[in-house]
Amino acid sequence: MKQLLAKLLVLSTTVALLVSCGSKDNVAPRGTDNVVSDAASKTYVKPGEYDEFYAFLSGGFSGQLSVYGLPSGRLLKVIPTFSVDPEKGYGFNEETKPMLETSVGFVPWDDAHHPELSQTNGETDGRWIFINGNNTPRIARIDLGTFETTEIIEIPNSGGNHSSPFTTENTEYVVAGTRFSVPIPQEDIAISEYKGKFKGALSFISVDKDSGDMGLAFQVLMPGFDYDLAHSGKGKSHGWTFFTTYNTEESNTLMEVGASQNDKDFIAAINWKKAEEYIAQGKFKEVPANYVNNEYSDETHSAVTKRLNKVKVLDPVECPGLVYFLPTPKSPHGVDVDPSGEYIVGNGKLSADLTVHSFTKVLDAIENKKFEGEAYGIPVLKMEDILAGIVKEPGLGPLHTEFDGRGNAYTTFFISSEVVKWKLGTWEVIDRQPTYYSVGHLMIPGGDSAKPDGKYLVAMNKITKDRYLPTGPEMNHSAQLYDISGEKMKLLLDFPTIGEPHYAQGIAASKIKSKKIYKLEENKHPYVAKTEADAKVVREGKDVHVYMTSIRSHFAPDNIEGIKVGDNVYFHVTNLEQDWDVPHGFAVMKARNAELLIMPGQTETLLWRPQEPGIYPMYCTDFCSALHQEMQGYVRVSPAGSNTELKWSVGEVDEE
Amino acid sequence: MKKVILILSVLAFVACGGDKKESKEKESSKTEKAEKKTEGGRKKNSKGIGPVTELKLPETIDESMAAEGKKVFDAKCTACHKPDKKYIGPAPKGVTKRRSPEWIMNMILNPEEMLEKDPIAKQLYRDNNGAVMANQDLTKEEARQVLEYFRTLE
Ligand SMILES: [Cu+2]
Repeated sequence: MKQLLAKLLVLSTTVALLVSCGSKDNVAPRGTDNVVSDAASKTYVKPGEYDEFYAFLSGGFSGQLSVYGLPSGRLLKVIPTFSVDPEKGYGFNEETKPMLETSVGFVPWDDAHHPELSQTNGETDGRWIFINGNNTPRIARIDLGTFETTEIIEIPNSGGNHSSPFTTENTEYVVAGTRFSVPIPQEDIAISEYKGKFKGALSFISVDKDSGDMGLAFQVLMPGFDYDLAHSGKGKSHGWTFFTTYNTEESNTLMEVGASQNDKDFIAAINWKKAEEYIAQGKFKEVPANYVNNEYSDETHSAVTKRLNKVKVLDPVECPGLVYFLPTPKSPHGVDVDPSGEYIVGNGKLSADLTVHSFTKVLDAIENKKFEGEAYGIPVLKMEDILAGIVKEPGLGPLHTEFDGRGNAYTTFFISSEVVKWKLGTWEVIDRQPTYYSVGHLMIPGGDSAKPDGKYLVAMNKITKDRYLPTGPEMNHSAQLYDISGEKMKLLLDFPTIGEPHYAQGIAASKIKSKKIYKLEENKHPYVAKTEADAKVVREGKDVHVYMTSIRSHFAPDNIEGIKVGDNVYFHVTNLEQDWDVPHGFAVMKARNAELLIMPGQTETLLWRPQEPGIYPMYCTDFCSALHQEMQGYVRVSPAGSNTELKWSVGEVDEE
Repeated sequence: MKKVILILSVLAFVACGGDKKESKEKESSKTEKAEKKTEGGRKKNSKGIGPVTELKLPETIDESMAAEGKKVFDAKCTACHKPDKKYIGPAPKGVTKRRSPEWIMNMILNPEEMLEKDPIAKQLYRDNNGAVMANQDLTKEEARQVLEYFRTLE
């Protein structure tokens, strides 16, 4: 025994030595030195306990929205939004196919950038989260009761929906500014005719305050710049939305040079309350535009596509007071409004300094008509008249700023890979912490609202490199969590993300009321089978509708005969369970789409077109009970034109 | 030296934990055997575990309450229970003779905990091939109605 102890002692000493050697080694990953010693206890959430915050990180080019817990960094869910998801059957089952419908038909993918929580009185309210689709311009609304995508609206006259979907103070609107200007209406012209012929549409999407239903209220037709990001005013600046521009040069090739000529680009300030007045006065043009609005119902468990063909357009030249340009140094990326609504931070990514405008001074300059000139008929204010202050040389390549509600701002610097904390009003830098590596957006829960919850900051990095075990040439992007409750920021945790997290939103977990089940009695799906007695198979020509039920651990019916090659078989599966977290899956052999994953009380439909005669097994894909493996059945497929009788059954065995 | 003591105590802790678990298992199998011997009467008296602790049934059956109960049963329970023959789970016919009203309601309202802790529920789980009693999210009132319906099945 003594010998064993001695060995253990030697072993543990060696391990301790090895560990301390490692941390001094320059080859080890960077940034291990500035991790505080109590980082582990600060991010530790005991097994069985909940995180304090939800964090919603965009999935970038995965097209989805991911949900994490903070401070643990645990991945809680991926919500399929703009891309099909075979795991959940999204975009594969008949009910959700319409969600991905567009003016050009079914589109199975998009690039999702900026999640934005709904707000009431400038504060996040936990009802919905919106996110933009960049490539085929769209905005999605996700219901935070069900954590499902519940609506998608397409944005016409747009070429890359990037400055989107930032909300107004009471979610009156979410916005959609076009990144690329395009001919409006679209036409077949030479690209060299860009200057003057291309236009940028800034769209205001109204959100019904009770149902959340989105509608394209109006578009402001702007000069052919690129519109990068946006944020709406709050408090005193409520009623205004600010969009950053780049490429005011209106270049159409080699943009890295062409769009970087001017010393200053603009922040476009849109007075949307004024826009509402102009709309009410009828000063708009109604122009043809093809776009769709897809809505999912929790009662029918199905989505419907509505096709629309008109949009109201406002021309700033004909609507004085609607738009002003605020000159801002070199290609501002993010535009961020502080919690009071007074300061408008332009993050000039090619500028050495950070420029902050004062909303009070903007109003004053407008009132006294102190203009420098105009661009395309839109008044340009003088930068010196509206400047609140400059943060001098805080870092290289500022991109985005968020706020902690205690008078501090935090800005990411892409090139110098750091987050810099600075003070509003004095413009002095208080602290800087490195990020690993090349940080894009950052997020503080509520950090772009009037009431930030300034405890944590998440930095989302573009390059992962040596942060994790290598996984080939590509690695998941990394997010980093900082404690910002004190004077200095403290790095607590790295965690991997899905796709490319651009922006994110965070909210106290207590603000979200998550549903547990769909009530069976409220199910209004046209093909629901609410009890096993309703289970049946109905032939309508070549279409066969299977009204099927599932419960732990059987399907009804689980034997089906009389299906023929050439039939379109619709399996409408209703999950009869009424218990939290008991979905059932459904898969049938050689189905050429995906599975179904049916929530308790829900009905989903899989279309199956059997191609050869034979016996086809079907089964439950989601481990639901001890008898999950027994949750299976058979379909008999006969040749086309055969006389096999259509019949179905469950549990027809001799009684003992 | 402190380190050695720490390692030792960790080892001791792990060993203890293991022993305890084993003895617990032995104990529970003993109680089950004991229970089997005294079947009948004891089962009828058991109230189970859950929100219903005391329930006195009136002499006569409330027919309208039973009719409501049949509706709930048909909507939420028939995928696993047929009124008078065994299906996935046992038939409710005669259940009010075999079990207390409290036990029946607790089995409907609190099946997870019943399956975990109640000896009769555990035995039923074994007798029914491991099919679980699903929680169908009935309200207390609905469960009471279902119980009244069961009384009509005697
Ligand atoms: Cu299952």
